[in-house]
Amino acid sequence: MKSTINKLFTLLFAIVIFSGSSFAQEDDQVLKARSGKFALTNAKIFTVTNGVIENGTLLISNGIIEAVGTNVTIPADAEVIDVEGREIYPGMIDSGTTLGLSEIGSISEAQDFREFGALTPQMQALTAVNPNSVAIPVTRVSGVTTVWTMPQGGPLPGTAAAINLFGYTPDQMFAGSKGVVMNFPSTPTGWRARRLTEAQKKERMDRALKTINDAWDKAELYAKIENADDVRAYPEIEALVPVVKGELTLFIEANAAADITAAITWVEDRGYEQVVLTGVAEGWRVADEIAASGLSVITGPVQAIPTRQSDRFDAAYANPAVLQKAGVKVALRTMEAENVRNLPYHAGFAAAYGMGREEALKAITINAAEILGVGDQIGSIEVGKKANVFVATGDPFETATKITDLFIDGYKVPMTSRQIRLYDEFLNRTPSVDKTKPVIDIKKK
Amino acid sequence: MAAVLVAQTPTGDVLIKNGTVLTVTNGTLENTDILVRDGKIRRIGKNLRTPNGVMEVDATGKFVMPGIIDAHSHIAGSAINEGTSQVTAEVSMEDVVDPLDVSIYRALAGGVTSIHLMHGSANVIGGQNETMKLRFGTTDPDDLRFQGAPRTIKFALGENPTRGGRSRGIQPQSRMGVENMLRNAFTQAVEYREEWAAYNANKDPRKVAPEYDLRMQTLVDIMNGDVLVHCHSYRADEIYMLLKVFSDFNIPKITFQHANEAYKVAPELAAFGASASVFADWWAYKLEVYYSTAYNAAILTENGVLTSINSDSGELIRHLFHEAAKTQKYGELTDDQALALITLNPAKQLGIDDRVGSLEEGKDADIAIFDKHPLSVYAIPQMTFVDGVKYFDIENDGDDQRIYINPESSISEMTLYERHNDHRCMEGAFLDMEEYFSIFKK
Repeated sequence: MKSTINKLFTLLFAIVIFSGSSFAQEDDQVLKARSGKFALTNAKIFTVTNGVIENGTLLISNGIIEAVGTNVTIPADAEVIDVEGREIYPGMIDSGTTLGLSEIGSISEAQDFREFGALTPQMQALTAVNPNSVAIPVTRVSGVTTVWTMPQGGPLPGTAAAINLFGYTPDQMFAGSKGVVMNFPSTPTGWRARRLTEAQKKERMDRALKTINDAWDKAELYAKIENADDVRAYPEIEALVPVVKGELTLFIEANAAADITAAITWVEDRGYEQVVLTGVAEGWRVADEIAASGLSVITGPVQAIPTRQSDRFDAAYANPAVLQKAGVKVALRTMEAENVRNLPYHAGFAAAYGMGREEALKAITINAAEILGVGDQIGSIEVGKKANVFVATGDPFETATKITDLFIDGYKVPMTSRQIRLYDEFLNRTPSVDKTKPVIDIKKK
Repeated sequence: MAAVLVAQTPTGDVLIKNGTVLTVTNGTLENTDILVRDGKIRRIGKNLRTPNGVMEVDATGKFVMPGIIDAHSHIAGSAINEGTSQVTAEVSMEDVVDPLDVSIYRALAGGVTSIHLMHGSANVIGGQNETMKLRFGTTDPDDLRFQGAPRTIKFALGENPTRGGRSRGIQPQSRMGVENMLRNAFTQAVEYREEWAAYNANKDPRKVAPEYDLRMQTLVDIMNGDVLVHCHSYRADEIYMLLKVFSDFNIPKITFQHANEAYKVAPELAAFGASASVFADWWAYKLEVYYSTAYNAAILTENGVLTSINSDSGELIRHLFHEAAKTQKYGELTDDQALALITLNPAKQLGIDDRVGSLEEGKDADIAIFDKHPLSVYAIPQMTFVDGVKYFDIENDGDDQRIYINPESSISEMTLYERHNDHRCMEGAFLDMEEYFSIFKK
C-alpha cells in the first residue's frame, strides 16, 4: 500500500516537473546576457569627461571600452549596432541605496541591511546582496548600472559596497570599492524628542558621541599595535583600522545643519584622510562650511520634503545646486531599494532647480564614481574604462525617453524585467472577459 | 447654510494671456488667453480684451493647465484612522481638516488645486472622506470644502484590515473574512432600509420609528448611489471580489485606490465601469504590491478603465505632473492621456468633473501655470489659482509660508524625509488600538 502511494507520488512529481519544463520551453523565451565585441555606431556620445561626440562610434571589447570617437576602426568580428539618432551615456550610479538588501519593505525576513548591535562596522553589505532580487533588472533597464548599497541602523552599522547591477554572485557584481558607514549622532527631533529638556538632549548627544569616539580611539590604538604577537581578534575594531590608516573611505551620515558642522569638526579633529559626507539634507544652510572642509558630499533623495516646516517648498530640490555652486563635489542618491530606477528623475529635479543638466549628469556618473573610489573604472565613457553604458532615445532625465540598449561589464544585458513581462502579458489579456456572458452582472441604475 | 459658505470663499478675476493652454478635453491651444471672472473661466480665446480692473498675467512661453487633482491624499488631516471597529461609516474626515498644514501650500507649489482627503485603511469600511479645494491662508476648515462635491467613503481590502484583525484577535484575518464583513454589513443595511421603508409605508399614527443609525444609513446611502466608494486595494483577487459584492448589492460606482494589480483584471474593471486611482511606480513596500508593474496605469487606460494617478503622500503630491509623465516611459501614453490622469480622470472619480479637471468655459478657474511643459522633468510650477484666486506664485514665494507658528516648537526642529515612512494610510491605527485595548487589560 505504502509503496503504491510512493509510486503515485513519484508519478505525480514527474508529471509536474515534466509539464513545468515543457511549458517553460514553449512560453518563456529565456533571454541571457551576451559578451563579445560590440560596435555602437552613428551615436551622439555623452562622454561626461570629454564632451559630446556627434556621429560617434563606441567599441566595446572584453568588457571594456576599447575605442570611442568619430574615426574608429570596427573589427571584422564585432557585432555592429546602428544606434543612429540615439544617445549613449555612461551607466548611471546611485550613491546611496539598499538595493539587493531589501526585497519586500514590510517583511523583516526580506530585509538584510540592518544588523543587531550598535557597533557593527564589520557587517558586509556585499555578503547580503541578492543577485536575483527582482528589483535589480527593474532598476538597470532604466540605465542605472551601478549602486552603492548600504547597511543602516546604529552608529556604525556596517560596510557598504559598490555593485554593478548584473552578475550571478556578489563577487561578480562587486564594482571595486567599499566603505565604512557611520551615522553621526543627530540632534533628537520629532515627537519622541518633544518631552526631552535641552539638557537631556545634550546628554543624549554626548553619550552617542562618546560611543563612537570610544570605538575610534580603540581603532587608532589597534592600528598601532595590530602587528604585535598577542593582539586578540576584535572584528568590529579591525573593520575601522583601514579608515584610520587612510586605506578605506569613511562615509559619515549627517543631515541637520548642526550635525553637519559637528561632523566636519569631528573629522578635522580625528585627521582621517578619506571621508565623505552623506545625507547632508540641510547642506544648503552650511554650504560654505562644507566647501571649506574640502569634503565631498553624497546627497539625496532630491525628491523630498524640506526638513523643516519653515523651509521653502523647494529646499530639497535645490540642495544639490546650492552645494555644487559653493564648490562642493556632489553625487546624488535615491535612498531607495525598489525604486532606484528613479535616479535620473532625482537628477532631473536637481538640474531644474539650479544645478543644470551637465552638473546633474556628473553627479550620477563621474562624481559618483570618484567619490565612491571607482573613478578610474567607471563613471565616464573613456578608453580603458569598464563598459557600463546605455543607449537612450534622448535625454535620460526626461520620462518620455526610452532606454534601448544596456551594457554592464561589457555584457549586453537584455532589456527586460518582471514589470515589463507583466506588461506584455496583461496589456491585451487572453482570455479577456466574455462580453456576451459577463462574469459580473451589474444592474446599472 | 451651503449658500452662506459659498459666499464666504473668495473668488478672483484674472486674464492669463498668451500661454500654451493644455485644455485636456480640447487639445493644446497656442498663444491663447483665459479670462476668469468671479472664479469661473469666462472665455478661452485669442487676443481677449482685458476688462477694467482685471489683473493680467503674462503667460508667454509658459504652459497653462487645469489645476491638478489628487484623488488620494492625507495632507491637511489631523487624524487619519478611526480604527475602533471594522465598520466606521459614521465618521467623517470633515471633522479633522487642518487648514494650517503647510503641506497645503507645498501642494499648491506643485500645481495642485483639489485633494481628496481620505480616511485611512485600517478597517474594511472606514470613514467618509472630504473633497477639498486648497484655499490656503484660511484658519477655518470649512473654507477648504469643495462645495457641491458628492460624498465619498473609504473601504479597505487586503493586508491592512487583516493586520488589524490579527492584532486585535477579531475578524477579518484573511481575505475571506474581508468579504464576509462586507456582505454582513450590507445585508444589515438592507434590513435597516427595509425597516425604514416599512415604517414610512405604515399609516398607523401609533407606529414607532426604528432606531436611527448613522452607520447603517451611510451604507444605505452608498447603495442608493449617494456616496461614492473609494476602496484601498492591491491584489487582483480582492478587486474582483469587491466587484462581485457590489454587483450583488447593486452598487454601481467604485474607484479602486492604489490597485497595484488592477492591470490583471482590467477587462473586468472596464466591463463593470469601475475606475482605478494608482501610483505611477510605487511597489515592493509590502507583499501585496510585490507583483506590481509601473505599466499599470497604461494597461488600465488602454483597456478602457477610467484611471488616475494619486500621491497618498505629502511628498509625491508636489510633483504629480512628473508622476503622470512616467506613463510615457511605462506605456507610451499621449500627452493628453497622461495629463488626464491627474486632472479630468480624478475629477470624474470624485464626481466633480462638471466643475474642474479641464480648461473649459464655465468651469471653475482652478489653474496651474508652468515654465515648461508639465510632463517635462525640468518643469517648475509658476502660479496656482483656485477659483481665480492666486494661492501660489513662485515670484512671491517666501521663506516661511506657515500660517501659524507653534510658540512651543523649537527653531531647530527638523524631520528627515523617509519615503518608507510616508504612508499615512495606517497612521494611528495601531498606536491608538494598543492604548484602547490596554484599558481592558488593566
